[in-house]
Amino acid sequence: MAAAPALPGLAARLRAFVAACFAGPVNTLITLGCLGLLALFLPPFVNWALIEATWSGTAATCRAGNGACWAFVREKFWFSIFGLYPFEERWRPATMLVILVAMVVASTIRRFWNRWLLLAWAVAAPAMWILMQGGLFGLPYVQTRLWGGLAITGIIAVFGLALGYPLSILLALGRRSSLPLLRWFCTALIECIRGVPLISLLFMAAIMVPLFLPQGVTVDRLIRVLFAYTLFTAAYMAEVVRGGLQAIPRGQYEAADSLGLTYWQKMRLIILPQALTITIPAQVNTFIGLFKDTTLVVVIGVFDFFTTLRAALGDPNWLGFPTEAYVYAATVYFVLCFAMSRYSLALERRFRAGQR
Amino acid sequence: MSSSSLPLDPPRPLIPLPGGQGLRGILWQAVLVIALLLLGWSIYHNMQANMAARGLQFGFGFLGRSAGIPIGESIIPYTPADTYQRALTVGLLNTLRVAVLGILLCTILGVLLGIARLSSNPLLRGLVGAYIEVIRNTPLVLQLVFWHAIVLQLPSVRQALNPLPGVYLSQRGVKLPVFVADQALFACLAGFALGLLLWLVLAWRERARQRLSGERRSTLLPGLLLTAGLPVLAAAIFGAPRWDWPQLAGFNFEGGVTLSPEFFALLLGLVLYTAAFVAEIVRAGIQAVPKGQWEAARALGLPRGRIMRLVILPQALRVIIPPLTSQYLNLTKNSSLAVVIGYPDLVSVSNTSINQTGQAVEVILIFMTVYLLISLFTSLLMNLYNRAVALKER
Repeated sequence: MAAAPALPGLAARLRAFVAACFAGPVNTLITLGCLGLLALFLPPFVNWALIEATWSGTAATCRAGNGACWAFVREKFWFSIFGLYPFEERWRPATMLVILVAMVVASTIRRFWNRWLLLAWAVAAPAMWILMQGGLFGLPYVQTRLWGGLAITGIIAVFGLALGYPLSILLALGRRSSLPLLRWFCTALIECIRGVPLISLLFMAAIMVPLFLPQGVTVDRLIRVLFAYTLFTAAYMAEVVRGGLQAIPRGQYEAADSLGLTYWQKMRLIILPQALTITIPAQVNTFIGLFKDTTLVVVIGVFDFFTTLRAALGDPNWLGFPTEAYVYAATVYFVLCFAMSRYSLALERRFRAGQR
Repeated sequence: MSSSSLPLDPPRPLIPLPGGQGLRGILWQAVLVIALLLLGWSIYHNMQANMAARGLQFGFGFLGRSAGIPIGESIIPYTPADTYQRALTVGLLNTLRVAVLGILLCTILGVLLGIARLSSNPLLRGLVGAYIEVIRNTPLVLQLVFWHAIVLQLPSVRQALNPLPGVYLSQRGVKLPVFVADQALFACLAGFALGLLLWLVLAWRERARQRLSGERRSTLLPGLLLTAGLPVLAAAIFGAPRWDWPQLAGFNFEGGVTLSPEFFALLLGLVLYTAAFVAEIVRAGIQAVPKGQWEAARALGLPRGRIMRLVILPQALRVIIPPLTSQYLNLTKNSSLAVVIGYPDLVSVSNTSINQTGQAVEVILIFMTVYLLISLFTSLLMNLYNRAVALKER
């Protein structure tokens, strides 16, 4: 970008930056204040995180040093990815994560936005589940209780979105339906789910749902958690989709009606393609929030990435390094969420350019 | 809007009804209602059977039993011998305490950050931007446990940090000085309130005057004199309000008010997290006011402060209020994450109650209803306020 002739060079931009920092007495004062703050916090942090940090060794080596103990993160790295998943079978969550990353990357490319992508997801999602659970094709069965780490964070996010997204479209359509009972039902469902904290839904899934099932019937806890998370995803996404439906000009609805399309033809061919496309940035933003909320499964003891790391803190050989663990977890979540938010910004810019 | 005259006719409703709804619509809704009733009945039936199998019965009678839950902090008097109802009330009050304080502080911090984000100083802009991105892109639970870990790593009471006079930070939380609640303090507060009221009356009269004559006098000076003078007067009569200053005595502090490590970590985490979202909302709101408004106001010769107050803010508020409301609700709902760091909020106390009584359905129903009511009440208030600032079209 900087090489483009229309843009000023790096040196010129730096000069403009400095000039703006010291334009007038107020600005100079603010700049000095900022520099003072940086001087107060940055050197101790760099010192702790980099210069005096211990990069390898044992807990004893770490305690001898003054800085951060990255040896701890190094020791627990694979544990934070796979959790308690049986050691010999770790290739399975690893393969699952590779499929997941490949699918996500493919889904960000606009050229692939067609029904084949949907079909690919419809095949990949069950494949990921079978790969993790086993019991088929000669794969040994692994209880969901043993799933953990980044793998399960990925599973919750992907299945929550894959199941919640279609449901959210139905809820949004239901909320705008002309049938009053259906409309009230969808509105009440959406508002009730959005009005309570996610962790109360998780508690419900963990404690209440078993009471609601017929005696003798048990549902795996992870599936119950996914059920709660899916409902939560659907309710929040439904509001985004509803915004899209409301933004489509009336003329489009009327034109579809005058062509004699049925309700579902009208929605599938005319309204939804537009409504979903214009809300993609908002959908990505909502999904960032939902992705961050996968950490809440900590309250009912599902070992996602964050909970697994917290469990690693209890290792008697490595007591006393919570800050390092949290900084590591924060970095991982930040990289993932930041990438998504940049992607959403880029999409927004492209859509706006397309409209001009 | 249907197209019955076209050859490509969609399957037509069997009996056309007024309102354009066919029999199919009725049928679908009937199916929905029957399905819901069936679901509700089977849930109720299963629940009765399951609870009976565990020797429990559905009902709220357990609320009157002694809870035996030790709760570390409470606004109202509480002992473990009190009832479950009392324990849950303590939890609710703790939730409200952190939510109200959090909303207040995150608004202040968020507005400051939002304005800083629009500063002409690129360094300040960049720093605030970096803060907002880091906070918004990491999970709140993580931030809460991080702050909790930091607070627990603070020095012991004897080596407590003392960043401001009277403020002590230690492992046991934060110590702050407070006023002693006595006659002198109430007299001063009453004086302040009276001064504020008189200022409002004065401003209202000036506005009426301006509408009649076009002249406008500033009420700033008399207003400030009233709000500052009346408390001073009260202090002269009833004596000055006294401070309760925390002091190190032996192994602990005496006096002052204590914020527990859990409360402090929760409040800090919630405020820092929500303020980042509020800052973005404020920034977007101010930027949503067209540049022409600034220019027009400047052309009228208004000074900068008054442009902000009379022209920009009223318009920006219209954009800011609705998303701000949802942030306030988010903060309140997010305060339920207190359970992760052990602050005794509503969810945390409920969780303990469930473990002790097994009355899961009732307790979860109670706290979900409470959150729904808080949500509805807050949106009601904010909608009223929103209506007051919304565009008045004739």
